[in-house]
Amino acid sequence: MTSDATEGRGPVRDGQPAAAVNELSPIVNELALVVATVNGTGSQTANLALLRSFFAMGIPVHGKNIFPSNIQGLPTWYHIRVDAAGHVARREPSFLVAYNQQTIDADLRALPAGGVAVVNADLAPSVRRDDLVTYEVPVKDLLRVTEQKGKLRDYAANMTYVGVLAHLLDVPLATVEESLAIHFGRRQKLVDANMVVIRASFEWARASLEKRDPYRVEPMRATDGLILMTGNEAGALGSVFGGVSVAAWYPITPSTSFIDALRDFLPELRRTESGEPTYTVIQSEDELAAIGMVLGAGFAGARALTATSGPGISLMAEFAGLGYYAEVPGVIWDIQRVGPSTGLPTRTGQGDLGFVYTLGHGDTKHVVLFPSSIEECFEFGWRSLDLADELQTPVFVLSDLDLGMNNWMGKPFEYPDRPLRRGKVLSADDVEAHGFARYVDVDGDGVTYRTLPGNRHRASAYFARGTGHNAQAVYSERSEDWVDNTERLARKFETVRAAMPASVVDVVAGASVGVIAFGTTRYAIEEARDRMAGRGERFSSLRLRALPLPDDVRAFIEAHERVVVVEMNRDAQLTGIIRAEYPGLAPRIEAVAYLDGMPFTADFIEERLAPYVRIAAEVA
Amino acid sequence: MDRARTILSNAAGLSKAEYGGTPSTLCVGCGHNSIANQIIQVAFELALKPHEILKLSGIGCSSKSPAYFLGMSHGFNALHGRMAAVGTGALVGNHTLRAIGVSGDGDTGSIGMGGFKHLLRRNVRMVYLVENNGVYGLTKGQFSATADEGLDLKYAGHNELPAIDLCLEAIAAGCGFVARSFAGDAKQVRELLKAALSHRGTAFLDIISPCVAFNNDDVSPKSYAYGRDHEQPLQELGWVPVAEEIVIDESDPGELTVVPLHDGSRLKLRRLESDFDPRDRDASVARLLRATRDEEFITGLIHYDPTRPSFAEAAHLGDVPLASLPDERLRPPPDALERVMLRYR
Repeated sequence: MTSDATEGRGPVRDGQPAAAVNELSPIVNELALVVATVNGTGSQTANLALLRSFFAMGIPVHGKNIFPSNIQGLPTWYHIRVDAAGHVARREPSFLVAYNQQTIDADLRALPAGGVAVVNADLAPSVRRDDLVTYEVPVKDLLRVTEQKGKLRDYAANMTYVGVLAHLLDVPLATVEESLAIHFGRRQKLVDANMVVIRASFEWARASLEKRDPYRVEPMRATDGLILMTGNEAGALGSVFGGVSVAAWYPITPSTSFIDALRDFLPELRRTESGEPTYTVIQSEDELAAIGMVLGAGFAGARALTATSGPGISLMAEFAGLGYYAEVPGVIWDIQRVGPSTGLPTRTGQGDLGFVYTLGHGDTKHVVLFPSSIEECFEFGWRSLDLADELQTPVFVLSDLDLGMNNWMGKPFEYPDRPLRRGKVLSADDVEAHGFARYVDVDGDGVTYRTLPGNRHRASAYFARGTGHNAQAVYSERSEDWVDNTERLARKFETVRAAMPASVVDVVAGASVGVIAFGTTRYAIEEARDRMAGRGERFSSLRLRALPLPDDVRAFIEAHERVVVVEMNRDAQLTGIIRAEYPGLAPRIEAVAYLDGMPFTADFIEERLAPYVRIAAEVA
Repeated sequence: MDRARTILSNAAGLSKAEYGGTPSTLCVGCGHNSIANQIIQVAFELALKPHEILKLSGIGCSSKSPAYFLGMSHGFNALHGRMAAVGTGALVGNHTLRAIGVSGDGDTGSIGMGGFKHLLRRNVRMVYLVENNGVYGLTKGQFSATADEGLDLKYAGHNELPAIDLCLEAIAAGCGFVARSFAGDAKQVRELLKAALSHRGTAFLDIISPCVAFNNDDVSPKSYAYGRDHEQPLQELGWVPVAEEIVIDESDPGELTVVPLHDGSRLKLRRLESDFDPRDRDASVARLLRATRDEEFITGLIHYDPTRPSFAEAAHLGDVPLASLPDERLRPPPDALERVMLRYR
């Protein structure tokens, strides 16, 4: 219940326990926490300290920063999901830290009955909820222990809830301290300054608060050997191990942290013995220039990437078409956000898919990879650079804000299992031995041989262009040359298809419903699948990892009477692509397509999928 | 005789014909063809190695022309207004290449102005030519942003807007080699090209190159006739190779200045305007503004400043191009990954 009726009854008061809560058995290692603070007050440090503490305790955890497009002053919410079973999808929170005057009423109202609120006692909510367990924290009083002034005092204020939660949930202070040390890169002075407040708050809570809620955590071993990282960091690291040597970019949320990570990793990992960098990062004047630089570098033979989001992708359209047609390698990471122009710049979605897949004018089809985890961000980081060189075409990696900017658990990354693949590049000796014509399909796979500028052979040069050209790369307006070229590119697309990473398929015996999804929707789908399976409502699933559609997609659709494609956009873009690819199978394909800027919850997926699964069960 | 001429080869072992490209498809008499021929001549005289040269262009009549010279050099015909971005990327990918980029006044002065200025700001090592005719040729004669104010053309009508002076823009953007020339002054074009190829960063050449189809009436400041009658060279220029001694001919008019270039060659400037020194940036700007005000067609080296490092120098790129780095330089070893992983546990 959200109880508008309880509004206006005065402030929430400590010591008013909700009925019957005490009788509940403890809920251990299962917590959906939201911390409501003001953007720009340093709450991220406090939140990450909590997140890392749970992780260090061995409990599966995930954090989502739901933040405004603002540097300072607007409300921000940090969601932490602790789940012994390992589910990390977004979940509607039942435990609130209310430290923002502006949103405190709405935040309190949003809690379900029986929920818990840790409230900054200096704030004045007008909402009163008798059905919540409320703890009031005298933040101002607790801050007397610190000598911090001004902005630093604001930062320290957020440490009070860390101390209080550590007490309420049973997080050892030593664990919190170690987490802060990691966060601050072992700068002990900063750690100490924050620990003073955390310890004082912890002690105050122990002395003053009666535990009246059922939530607590206890150590387990589920995160042994795992890492905690953001998708953007993982993608950047993968690119470093993929040999990226030119990165050109224009700042845009939520892709900026990808390049930030790249600029952190490169100086450490990519210098020669004499200290020379084996890379260049260029902040370009706009996204047109960013992809232009990537293609220029790719033409010259360097491994190049850019990272952007939807609005930047729009500006890259003309170059993407040129890259496809002139057959120039390059990698473009699209960390998707919501909408055109500014849209919802700090919210997540999967709305760029249709646009990216055919980006460019004329007939254009691109390679698009869909990472869904930090492990896949790393893998696609290096693999995308190989694919671009092997297939001589722009390769898009479609991530999203949720994956890119939030911290996710994952296994330590596997070192690439094969050497770099540079594709069909001819040396001067190769040209001497075999001759060279840039667009002649020697191998019949549509992928032709190229030479790089600097090749000393007199027959190695060619003029790359988007204008009509014949197989010798010479300007041509002949219809036959155009058709030859574009038909070869269509053949090349089938080579591309065969090179795509296979889908992750889970066919459940007897299930007549199959679910197709890509990217980060997997977490809500997997949780819903487990829940529904408990009731005997089963469905198969296929997680697509690339376009063009690998052949496993057709087999999956054929094996199910009803296929539901789940995606975070309004217009069911992937559904449309799949229906167009398999028109004969189109009648059995349905869509669950929805976008509000927030990651899906298992509740939402369950509600949307259950009717299909039940109908199928009844028919059976 | 003819046969003897074609087999004459330079220090690179190449004949002049081997620096040629495919036959031009531009109009007969187009200034761009003349410039392409000067590029061929210069490349031959300097004995450039074709594999060390990269050709670049955007879109337009001018941008077609790299197909018509240095057929043994790689080239990239980019998008309209995007030569700068592609060139920047290519020259970061392989900074040992010397680039000759050919753009037009529409390609650079309108759609590509942003990229142009940022290329200059970065000082990417490249010879950036604008074949400037004041009109859009391929779309049949619309005014470009460099069209002269008050000009009347049959198709485009009356031009109300002031011309953008690309040399002024280049100086403002920090370019250290800014010159203007005239397609009808082949010798000056050649000497400037040679000096430009010796420059450390971006060398910008704004070459008035008449469009015989749409902007060559004698009254037009971008016509052959006007150029021949009004060209006012600031200097007599002579590029001197690294090893060659400079011979001073006392009978030459004007004051002689010898400007050392980045690769060890030099540019002899015999000043025809004794008070103008292109190394003085303020003077360069003032001279351009005065030329606009007084409707003077000045040519020659307008600004020169070799002090800023090139983009590749600023990026501390080593001897080996990024494109040629061996795999072990590109992929860190397994223990490097393990080390990073430990930090995220």
